[in-house]
Amino acid sequence: MSFESWHDFLYMGGHYAFVWSAYGIGVVGIAFILLRPLNARRRFFAEQAQRLRRQAGAESGEYDASRTA
Amino acid sequence: MNAIAFVRRPSSSRAFVAQLQRDLLIAFRSRADFVNPLMFYVMGIALFPLGVGPGPERLALIAPGVLWVLALLSTLLSLDALFRRDFDDGTLEQMVLNVDPLFVGVLAKVGAHWLVTGLPLALLSPIAALMLFLPGGAVGTLVLTLLIGTPILSLLGAVGAALTVSLKRGGLLLTLIVLPLYVPILILGAGAVTAAIDGLDPSAQLAWLAAILALMLTLTPFAAALALRVGLE
Amino acid sequence: MSALKTLWHRLGSPRWFFEISAPWATGLLVVGLLGIAVGLGWGLAIAPPDYLQGDSFRIMYLHVPAAILSESCYMLMGAAGVVLLVWRMKLADMVIAAAAPIGAAFCSIALVTGAIWGRPTWGTWWVWDARTTSVLVLLFLYFGVIALRQAMPREETAGRACAILAIVGVIDIPIIKYSVDWWLTLHQPSTFKLTAAPSMPPEMYLPLLVSVLGFYAFFVGVLLLGVGNEVLRREHRTQWVNDLVRSRAS
Repeated sequence: MSFESWHDFLYMGGHYAFVWSAYGIGVVGIAFILLRPLNARRRFFAEQAQRLRRQAGAESGEYDASRTA
Repeated sequence: MNAIAFVRRPSSSRAFVAQLQRDLLIAFRSRADFVNPLMFYVMGIALFPLGVGPGPERLALIAPGVLWVLALLSTLLSLDALFRRDFDDGTLEQMVLNVDPLFVGVLAKVGAHWLVTGLPLALLSPIAALMLFLPGGAVGTLVLTLLIGTPILSLLGAVGAALTVSLKRGGLLLTLIVLPLYVPILILGAGAVTAAIDGLDPSAQLAWLAAILALMLTLTPFAAALALRVGLE
Repeated sequence: MSALKTLWHRLGSPRWFFEISAPWATGLLVVGLLGIAVGLGWGLAIAPPDYLQGDSFRIMYLHVPAAILSESCYMLMGAAGVVLLVWRMKLADMVIAAAAPIGAAFCSIALVTGAIWGRPTWGTWWVWDARTTSVLVLLFLYFGVIALRQAMPREETAGRACAILAIVGVIDIPIIKYSVDWWLTLHQPSTFKLTAAPSMPPEMYLPLLVSVLGFYAFFVGVLLLGVGNEVLRREHRTQWVNDLVRSRAS
C-alpha cells in the first residue's frame, strides 16, 4: 500500500482535485462506451417486438389505429 | 488476332495531357475560381496586422505560421470546385467511364488545380511575407516550402473532394476531413521557415516535405479515383 | 491454414458472426472491466508515488491506455477498410461503423485526462505535448469518418467512402506523429516526458500493463457488441432476426 490511511489516499498528496476528477471522467467515459451499445440493443429488441406485434395484429384483420406505415 | 487489336488505343500520357489542357482552359475562362483564393490569401494575411497590431517584431514572430495557415485555408476554399463543376454538368461521370486508368485523369485534374491555385500562391507569398515583416533571408525558404507543400495540399484535398463530391453541402465536411491530414504539412512548412529565420538549416524539413510529396503523388490519385467511383455510384 | 480459410469465409455471413460473437462479447467485457478495475486500483493505491510528480502521475493509468486504444482502434478501422475494399466483406463495413464512435470516445477520454494531468505538472490546462497533440489530430480524423458516414445517404456508398478515408488516415498517422514529435522538440527544450514507460520501475509499470490489457479486452468486447447491433439493424427484416426478437420478447 502506498498510502498510510484512507485520508491520505483520498488526499492524493494534494492533487486530489486532479486525480479524482480525471478518474471520474474516465469512469463516466467507460460507462458511456459500455452502455451505449447495450442500450441500443435493448431498444432494438423492444422496437422490433412492437413492430412484429403490430404486423401480427394487422394480419389477423384487426384495425390498428396506431399504425403509420 | 481480332480487329480490336488494330485500333490504336489512346495512351495514358495523351489522356493526361488532354485532361490537363481542358481543365486549364476552363480555369482560365472562369477567372473567379482562379483569382478568388489568391485574393482571400492576401486579404486574410492583411487581417493579422489589423488584429494583432502593426508592430514588426510580433508580426515577424507569427509570420511563418500565419503565412502557412492561410495557404492551407485558401487551398481548402478552392478544393470544392475541383470536381464539383464537372460533377454538376455530367462530365465527371464521363471521365470516370472513359479515362482508363482513372488515376491519370485525376492526376491531371489535380495538376491543373495546383497550377492554378498552389503555384500562384507560392509565387505571391513574398508579397504577403512583406506585409508580415518576414525577414528577407527566410522568404526564399517560404517560397520553396510552398512550392513543395501546396501540391501535397492539392493531392490530399483531392481525396477529400472526391469523397464529398456527391454531397449537396459537402464543402464543410470536406474541410473537416482534410484538415487533420494537413497538420504535418503545416508543421513542416512553417517549421522550415522558422528555422530559416533563426539562421538554421531548413533542409531537414524540406527533405521531409519532398518525401511526403513523392509518397502522396503515388498514393493519392488511386485513393481519389476510387473515391470518385464510390461517390458516383 | 484451411481452418483460417474456413473462418474467413464464415465471416462473410453476418448471421454467423452474430451468433458466434455474443458469448465472446460478454466474456471479454467481464474480463476487460475486471482488468481495468484491477489496473486502475493498483495504480491508484499500491504503486509508489512518482519522484517528481507526486501522486498526480496516477492519472497515467487512465490516460495512457485510452490513448493507446484510440490509436489501435483507428488502425483497426484502416485494416477493416482494406478488407472492405479488397474483399467486399460486409462485416468490415460494420466494424468501421461500430469502431468509430468508440475510438472517438477513447480519444476524448485521453485528451481530457491528459489536460487534467498537465495542469499540476506544467501549470497550464492545455498542454501541447507530443501525445496530447497527436491524439487531438486523431480525434479530428475520427470526426471526419463519423461525419462522412452520416452525410452519405446510401449505406453501401458510405461504407466504402469511410473505408477510403480510414486508410488515408492510417497512412497519415505515422507522418503526423513524426512531425508532432519533431515540432515539440523544437518548441519545448524540456526533455521531461509525461510517459516515460521504459524507465519506470516495475511497481509502476505493471499496473499500467494490466490496465492496458484490460482496456484492450474491454474494447474488443464493446466492439463485438456494436458490430452485433449493426448486424441486427441491417438484417432486421430477415427470418432469423424476427425469430430472435420473438424468443426474447417471450
